[in-house]
Amino acid sequence: MSATSARPSHAAQPSGSAFILKKALISAAVALVLFSLMIGIRTEAGPQGGLIYWTRFGDLAALVGTVFGGSIIIELLRQWWGPIDTDHIVPKPVQAAMSFAGRWLAPALLVFAFLVPVIFYNQRYILDLSILVLTYVMLGWGLNVVVGLAGLLDLGYVAFYAVGAYSYALLATNFGLSFWVCLPLAGILAAFWGVLLGFPVLRLRGDYLAIVTLAFGEIIRLVIINWQSLTGGPNGVSGIPRPTLFGIPLDNSDDGLAAKLGIDFSPTHRIVFLFYLILAMALLTNWVTIRLRRLPIGRAWEALREDEVACRALGINVTTTKLTAFATGAMFGGFAGAFFATRQGFISPESFTFQESALVLAIVVLGGMGSQLGVALAALTMIGGFELFRGFDQYRMLVFGIAMVLLMIWRPRGLIGHRAPTVYLERNQAISSDLVKEGHG
Amino acid sequence: MDYFAQQLINGLVLGSIYGLIAIGYTMVYGIVGMINFAHGDIFMIGGFIAMISFLVLVSLGLTAIPLILLIVLLVSMVITALYGWTIERIAYRPLRHSFRLAPMLSAIGMSFVLTNFSQVSQGARVKPVPPIVTGGYTLHEGPAGFAVQLSNIQIVVVLATIVLLAVFTWLVSRTRLGRDMRACEQDQTMAALLGVDVDRTISMTFVIGAALAAVAGMMYLLYYGLVDFFMGFVAGIKAFTAAVLGGIGSLPGAMLGGLAIGLIETFWSAYFSVEYKDVAAFSILIVVLIFMPTGLLGRPEVEKV
Amino acid sequence: MSGDPILTVDRLMMRFGGIVAVNALSFAAERRKITALIGPNGAGKTTVFNCITGFYRPSGGAIRLAHDDGRTMQLERLGDFRITKQAKVARTFQNIRLFPGMTALENLMVAQHNALMRASGLTLLGLLGLPSWREAEQRAIELARTWLDRVGLLSRADDAAGNLAYGDQRRLEIARAMCTEPVLLCLDEPAAGLNARESGGLNELLLSIRNEQGTSILLIEHDMSVVMEISDHVVVMDYGVKIAEGSPQAVRDDPKVIAAYLGADEEEAIAVMESGT
Repeated sequence: MSATSARPSHAAQPSGSAFILKKALISAAVALVLFSLMIGIRTEAGPQGGLIYWTRFGDLAALVGTVFGGSIIIELLRQWWGPIDTDHIVPKPVQAAMSFAGRWLAPALLVFAFLVPVIFYNQRYILDLSILVLTYVMLGWGLNVVVGLAGLLDLGYVAFYAVGAYSYALLATNFGLSFWVCLPLAGILAAFWGVLLGFPVLRLRGDYLAIVTLAFGEIIRLVIINWQSLTGGPNGVSGIPRPTLFGIPLDNSDDGLAAKLGIDFSPTHRIVFLFYLILAMALLTNWVTIRLRRLPIGRAWEALREDEVACRALGINVTTTKLTAFATGAMFGGFAGAFFATRQGFISPESFTFQESALVLAIVVLGGMGSQLGVALAALTMIGGFELFRGFDQYRMLVFGIAMVLLMIWRPRGLIGHRAPTVYLERNQAISSDLVKEGHG
Repeated sequence: MDYFAQQLINGLVLGSIYGLIAIGYTMVYGIVGMINFAHGDIFMIGGFIAMISFLVLVSLGLTAIPLILLIVLLVSMVITALYGWTIERIAYRPLRHSFRLAPMLSAIGMSFVLTNFSQVSQGARVKPVPPIVTGGYTLHEGPAGFAVQLSNIQIVVVLATIVLLAVFTWLVSRTRLGRDMRACEQDQTMAALLGVDVDRTISMTFVIGAALAAVAGMMYLLYYGLVDFFMGFVAGIKAFTAAVLGGIGSLPGAMLGGLAIGLIETFWSAYFSVEYKDVAAFSILIVVLIFMPTGLLGRPEVEKV
Repeated sequence: MSGDPILTVDRLMMRFGGIVAVNALSFAAERRKITALIGPNGAGKTTVFNCITGFYRPSGGAIRLAHDDGRTMQLERLGDFRITKQAKVARTFQNIRLFPGMTALENLMVAQHNALMRASGLTLLGLLGLPSWREAEQRAIELARTWLDRVGLLSRADDAAGNLAYGDQRRLEIARAMCTEPVLLCLDEPAAGLNARESGGLNELLLSIRNEQGTSILLIEHDMSVVMEISDHVVVMDYGVKIAEGSPQAVRDDPKVIAAYLGADEEEAIAVMESGT
């Protein structure tokens, strides 16, 4: 596998200012060529329809200068730090303190999550953002079953999210079914689609599975766009009913919750309700997943990730095991989709692009495959970080892409780099992720 | 019959473009075993660079079409190849011996970077260019007034593809670089022990793949007369489908797969529905992988126990 | 061949393209006995194993398994995981295939998947945490503990399998196979890479599995000290066909066997002649 052993070690890397300067010059030259036309010249469709262009050599020079300077700084930092590894950046005592904090992190986060609506009651923006983060936590936890536990690479997870959202939207707008009736239906329908996709493709491995799930996600989106009579096509479905507290609407009406409780109506009530709804759904996902890991099915998922051939030799039906993983993950995605639909009140195919799948997958991988806490932290980091760039809308995805690349280089194994055993005799000790396989299916 | 012949021509031209992109996927997959998700976007960048250089050349007063085409071709191949090289260097090389998912996500990230880089730097609107290569031949005049046309641009696309494919086949089968590439494909450690510069060989694979994608981008620009920042995604998936259909790792397979996808898409649009042409292409991918996991010309994989 | 065979391989054929890896091979493995399948490298032993355990579908012939209660099964028709699940044949691999990121205990729990699946009511009862499930889980842990103890790995129960020493991994893989409660245990070179002391321990383990569990064992082995010491019956293969069979002593003195080994590998032939004397 490793060709590193055959190559000279990196210890013999040259240093000195001449080397740094040479490297920076090369980087700047590469940047100059790369950006020459793309940045140096700006094209646009002119008033007559033909293309016009103007030059931006100032921007080009600035960018190349930045690359030059940046290259020098990075090289200096690298020589000052030596080889990049965690011990160097984070001293041992701090690591120990962190692992102690780590034990309290999950309960602390949970308590904090419960208190968010109390603390930020008057800050609508934070409440909305928290709901968004929790939605992604739930999606991350759902996909974690498929990717993190069973080791099946799914790049089309958004399809199940879409199935859930459209199931609720269409059932509610066409048949007037309530959210609480539709929620399980949305999950079941999504799981059904998960099995439907799973059946044919589960013989595939690794990247093939990834590309087929991606194609499946795109097919679902294209069908939604084109099947206008059912889904409204690109215009989407609007007027999706808001959720009710078991039949009591959260609105300004006479039988609304506020009126029944005899308090003044506030639109924040609904937001707070939505917050606790998604919190409960996410926690349910988490609870079920933790339970499943300790059941034979969950252990079989992990065993499948570790070695599929060995699983077969132990009498495990690999096909049904994979299908249950797919179905379980899809079901959680479907629940999240139904929530998304009721929160937005409007859905359209634009919300279910490949970027969403990639985002959720990035959350799972960044979290450290299989780690529930890691996924929650990663969702918080990613969605929170994403929000920081709200003002620079057009740079958002650019920065997101760069962050994805850098995060993978920095922590290819994710934030939480170990696996907790599901059962133990005496010592509950974590297993280093170097041993844990990533699955090949 | 005439309608059919016309669709056949159109399909072959489209298929040539897919084939050129597919070669990049197949080469990279063969040598490093990863799907280079950013490859579709490299194709898009190639199209943009061709568009910009064309615009600049025309505004400089150049009028000889063949000369313009040649310069545009060279410029876009060189610059796009450098994009391929840089991406491998920044996003893939540090992850080469890492956990399998990491390079894949890094590649997806890189794809977002390229898409949004060109959106930010060149704007989100579609960039139309006037027809550059015009004229053509009428092959057959049907009784109902339907004529089978073969335009010059179609000839250019197919000819360019054939020439490049020939050069490329020679490169892989007859040169030192090609031998190194095949060696790295088999066993990188062993190749390194035998004195093959693995890093350089992998870099060159990305460079060549990107250069071919640039040609595809330019042909797309000439053929459809427009580029936009989002065109890499769908074209990328379809080209990957082509690579898989042909048997990933096989160069003639990639071309064959490209032609097949081009034909399927064209005929589906012509006889069934344009809206569902992408659905058709993706469904083909799924069906092929299920029934022929090794594709048309791929090597069967024997399960080792 | 008389007595009571648990496994009967009848004119087994396995072709890969134009190559015949196993050609009309017939042999039987006796109940509660240890049968060894030996032969030079490339003789087709692992292919036979893969046919018996369902990883390959034979090109021809039959593989019959007779349970104690008289039920017989055609293994070549079962295929895949059903061979372990229904026919109760377990196997190990030449290049150890544990679940390296799971603990030794977890490895043994995975092996009890089918029994535990039933006990957990196909997950639903387990999800609710019903007492019947808890009891079943405790029993499974006890079985795993017993086997960890038998293979001397009780103190390593909570360590990742990938962290165990090579010899420990070999024994853990046998323990894992035994946790599926098989009637026939197929071992593919269990002594490969073990030192003399470890392979002595392996002999004892295999004998105790035969004597205490009453499990029949079929093993492929290169280590002649293991074969000669514990086998009740030896089948010798070369180039996909059976060239001899009989008791260890009879096989050892068979000139055809010596020739096969000499032709293939001198050292191995000498090992055959010298071992057990």
